[in-house]
Amino acid sequence: MPNQIPVADGLFSWPPTGANGESHLIGSRCVTCGNHMFPTQSGCPKCTGNETDTVALGRRGTLWTWTVQGFPPKAPPYAGRTDAGFEPFGVGYVELPGEVKVEARLTEADPAKLRIGMEMELVLVPLYVDAGGNDVMTFAFQPVGETHDQNGAE
Amino acid sequence: MGDDVAIVGIGMHEFGRHDDLTGMEQGVIAVRRSLADAGLKWQDMQFAFGGSQAAGAADTMVSSLGLTGLQFINVANGCATGGSSLFSAYNTIKAGVFDLGIAIGFDKHERGAFRVNTKGAGLGDWYGANGLALTTQFFGMKINRYMHDFGITRNTLAKVSAKAFRNGADNPMAWRRKPLSEEDVLESTMLSYPLTQYMFCSPGEGGVALILARADKAHQYTDRPIFLKATVVRSRRFGSFEVLAPSIALEHNAGPTVDASRAAFEMAGMGPDDIDLAQLQDTEAGAEVMHMAENGFCEHGEQERMIQNGETEIGGRFPVNTDGGCLANGEPIGASGLRQVYENVLQLRGDAGVRQVPNRPKTAYTHVYGAPGISGVTILSR
Repeated sequence: MPNQIPVADGLFSWPPTGANGESHLIGSRCVTCGNHMFPTQSGCPKCTGNETDTVALGRRGTLWTWTVQGFPPKAPPYAGRTDAGFEPFGVGYVELPGEVKVEARLTEADPAKLRIGMEMELVLVPLYVDAGGNDVMTFAFQPVGETHDQNGAE
Repeated sequence: MGDDVAIVGIGMHEFGRHDDLTGMEQGVIAVRRSLADAGLKWQDMQFAFGGSQAAGAADTMVSSLGLTGLQFINVANGCATGGSSLFSAYNTIKAGVFDLGIAIGFDKHERGAFRVNTKGAGLGDWYGANGLALTTQFFGMKINRYMHDFGITRNTLAKVSAKAFRNGADNPMAWRRKPLSEEDVLESTMLSYPLTQYMFCSPGEGGVALILARADKAHQYTDRPIFLKATVVRSRRFGSFEVLAPSIALEHNAGPTVDASRAAFEMAGMGPDDIDLAQLQDTEAGAEVMHMAENGFCEHGEQERMIQNGETEIGGRFPVNTDGGCLANGEPIGASGLRQVYENVLQLRGDAGVRQVPNRPKTAYTHVYGAPGISGVTILSR
């Protein structure tokens, strides 16, 4: 089994520690006003405070908006496949209750199966294989359970 | 509100793709055309503000234009670079420092979607590696949410694009000059759901220059001065939803366009009902729709009826993007905001030819929006 490494340190808990290999995103909370941020940062854009705590963000939320990346992004900066093997991928903002809306890849790329307001949960997914043969892992959100949406997202 | 500053000369190099010219050469051509328009010489210019995103430092243009020793300041302010040059030129004259000067914008971008410099944008390398550093995604996500909240249909987006290409076909300075039907737009490649290829503008090339003078001296240079009643640039506040944001707040703020628009109306002593036509940032068709409301010209959701009824066509009640907008002209970042002002000057002079808005418009509005969450607004009157 190839070795797995995170796409960057400090974005999500690594190695995954949950009972089922779950990870959580790492954010900041403003000591002064309680505002949450992702990724971590030292100052607060809400109150201009300059002291924050590092916190584990919630793993579940609702899809606030979304799109599907239909063409290969330019590489660099993109690290995934841009050749004929490129597959469109979903992108969305997931609203973590009481915290913040986080932008992420989605595991679902079919517009008929994505819907504003649907329940999503954090997962780790392989992004690319690096020069050393490692699977580089990143975070994404996937619909909770199997989706049975018949209506699409129009 | 007195008239402090007037636009007395305008020049533009055709937008599009020009393999035989650098971006800066296109800027130089725009400057020469603006000087000819005003009947002035480069040595008459007392100061210049200029900028490009990807085509070099504007002040090096003096090697071509002439080493006259003028004060030349480079401006780099993302998608509001042109608007910021104009703001700076306006205030230089208003402050009494100089009487006559020029604002210049030009650019030349590589083909395809903008390649975002994640470090330059204050983002980690992981953001680009993940495939999130695309401005196109933001526009897809913003209009998807907006359609969900306010009942805008995909057919309305197609109508916006079809209007842009129709207006562009009548604009000799535009890049895309072939009219496209609503079906052509809807059936083109899906780039970032719900937006197709012909709902997006493309990065491009071009240059624009505007010569500004003290209003009380404007008649020395032109018998048709156009007065700059307001020029405003605003950045984002907490809670606004902007391009290239790894996260956004739970709180909602209306964003920099609303702030810039309100400030501009206050500065001009006018309201949205006083404006006869507008050039609004249409990075994609949905942006034009959303920006109609964000700039105060209608309520959220009203655009559906307005656009379906043709109210934003050149012959309609409130013409929008009469030169084809970014959709037909493409987006050379440094020049894009000034291109909007150029078109409004033509319209207010009555020089817009077959695209001329009827009934002699008196006031015109421009709005530019872009990375990293910045808006620029101008209001002109004759």
